[in-house]
Amino acid sequence: MNTVFRLTLAAIVMAALSACATPTRDADEAERAAEREAAAEQERAEREAAEAEARALGRDRQFDAAALDDPDSPLAERLVYFDFDRDEVKSEFMPMLEAHAAYLSENPGARMRLEGHTDERGTREYNLALGERRAQSVRRVLNLNGVSDDQLEVISYGEEMPVAFQQNEEAWSKNRRVELVYESRR
Amino acid sequence: MQRMIRAMLLGLMLLGSTQAHAVLEVTVTEGVTGAIPVAVAPFAWEGEGRPDEDVGRILAANLTRSGLFEVEREGLPPVPSGPVDFLAQPWADAGMEYLVTGSKRPDGDDVIVEFHVYDILAEERLGGWRIPVPADLLRRGAHRVSDIVYEQITGDPGAFSARIAFVSVDRQDDARTFSLEVADSDGANPRTLFRSRKPIMSPDWSPDGRELMYVSFENRRSEVFRQNVETGERSRIASFSGINSAPAWSPDGRQLALSLSRDGSPNIYVMDLASGDLRQLTRSRAIETEPVWSPDGETIYFTSDRAGGPQIYAQPVSGGSARRLTFESGYAAAATVSPDGRSLVYVEGGGGGFRLARLDLDDRRVTQLTDGRDAESPSFAPNGSMILYAMTDAGRGLLGSVSRDGQVHQRIAAREGEVREPAWSPPN
Repeated sequence: MNTVFRLTLAAIVMAALSACATPTRDADEAERAAEREAAAEQERAEREAAEAEARALGRDRQFDAAALDDPDSPLAERLVYFDFDRDEVKSEFMPMLEAHAAYLSENPGARMRLEGHTDERGTREYNLALGERRAQSVRRVLNLNGVSDDQLEVISYGEEMPVAFQQNEEAWSKNRRVELVYESRR
Repeated sequence: MQRMIRAMLLGLMLLGSTQAHAVLEVTVTEGVTGAIPVAVAPFAWEGEGRPDEDVGRILAANLTRSGLFEVEREGLPPVPSGPVDFLAQPWADAGMEYLVTGSKRPDGDDVIVEFHVYDILAEERLGGWRIPVPADLLRRGAHRVSDIVYEQITGDPGAFSARIAFVSVDRQDDARTFSLEVADSDGANPRTLFRSRKPIMSPDWSPDGRELMYVSFENRRSEVFRQNVETGERSRIASFSGINSAPAWSPDGRQLALSLSRDGSPNIYVMDLASGDLRQLTRSRAIETEPVWSPDGETIYFTSDRAGGPQIYAQPVSGGSARRLTFESGYAAAATVSPDGRSLVYVEGGGGGFRLARLDLDDRRVTQLTDGRDAESPSFAPNGSMILYAMTDAGRGLLGSVSRDGQVHQRIAAREGEVREPAWSPPN
């Protein structure tokens, strides 16, 4: 926690320093804006390519159990994040979930627990229900990709098991999650 | 009654003897303007040795804590030696409106507490009482005295004899320990009923004050447990697939309302506690949770997001359709019912914060009670005077209390660790 905080602080300090050093002339500004746009465009293209690749991985490639331990495999991703008081799975998590669905379909003995969580805002009992809804949303995505309900267990911890303890949007966004936990791998 | 309390206390001591407890401290943060000046004379001990508890001090602390009184204990005029020779003038000159005098004397295993309440402006004695209290339960006796004095002066029954249940959380590095605790209304005598590495939530008292229902995640999922406060005896009440949560004891103690998602989404069910039979009260695909009973046992109030965001609804226990009660904000949840059944206090969200609001059921008027950002888990005192709730300060969980009109505010913090999920017991 402290390390994260220190790193964040360091980043803020560096950002502040570079801001001070930025020339303020209009020509430079325009140039910079163009550069930023180009960088953003490149990033977007890269992201789309990565997503397409991940989708292809999820649909077509078969995974063996070793892939679960491969940090470069989409199976290494085990967290789905949500917006406040929402339970829809955002599209950015689809490739990862499709990969897990492919693995679970290939390994009918594998079992996964879907643990739903919320941030601390709102009442505990309502959040317990909201956490379950989020886990069920993830289950539906897996079902639609061919995973049997027998392989999945949905549980909710509501707001009771946060991973970040600060009271700000950054911490809250980390806590609004469904964790994919393999209880048995094959 | 006394025997029951003694047995209860013994059970609590046995349970709690080897464990550390959350020691609570109460601070009044905002009182009423024009608090009533009351003199509390020292309660003299008429016997050998010294008794354990200073009844006069506990009474003074209780009255102060209510926020309604300004208690004076120093530099008082000479105390009347008996109930009849009362001279009002010196007390009126000292600015007092009421006077409480008292004494304690041993009587076998008991202590007889005798006390008198005087109305100084009316120049009359309102009454005198002689209460036998087991010597080892003198603190409990002092709360009983406080209830009587409070009622004599305000006309409303006191709630000092009631107890509170709450969940305390100790965080050591990354490991958290959750404890279900029961304490006196002033935070004294805390006892641990159950301790776990997994979360505990939503304690609810039986109407006779002898048992608690609560949610525990000890088996890595939410389940409802029932535990006897006196004996510590514990059993699992609900462990269906999905969520088992939000237990609420019916006023007659025979049924339990709870939220179960065994059929896919959380709905309100009523369980017959003798047979375990379940009856489904609501049928929707929405989140339906946080049921509470009206004091007459005929209506269940609950939270539902069937209209989009969470709102409070009322539904007859006998069946029929649900009626929406809250319309003022996008988030209304976790209702608690006043003991007279005429108002609800609930958590209202909006503008990024969560506050307590009171809805008067007769005229549907809504009054905001707190302006904090993160109020949760409101619980009405058994006399309806105050609402206990959970809040956080700098990320640390503590309890708050607010009078039903929103005027008197208190903070109740643990000396160490965090406290949350308060539940006020029925009157003792």
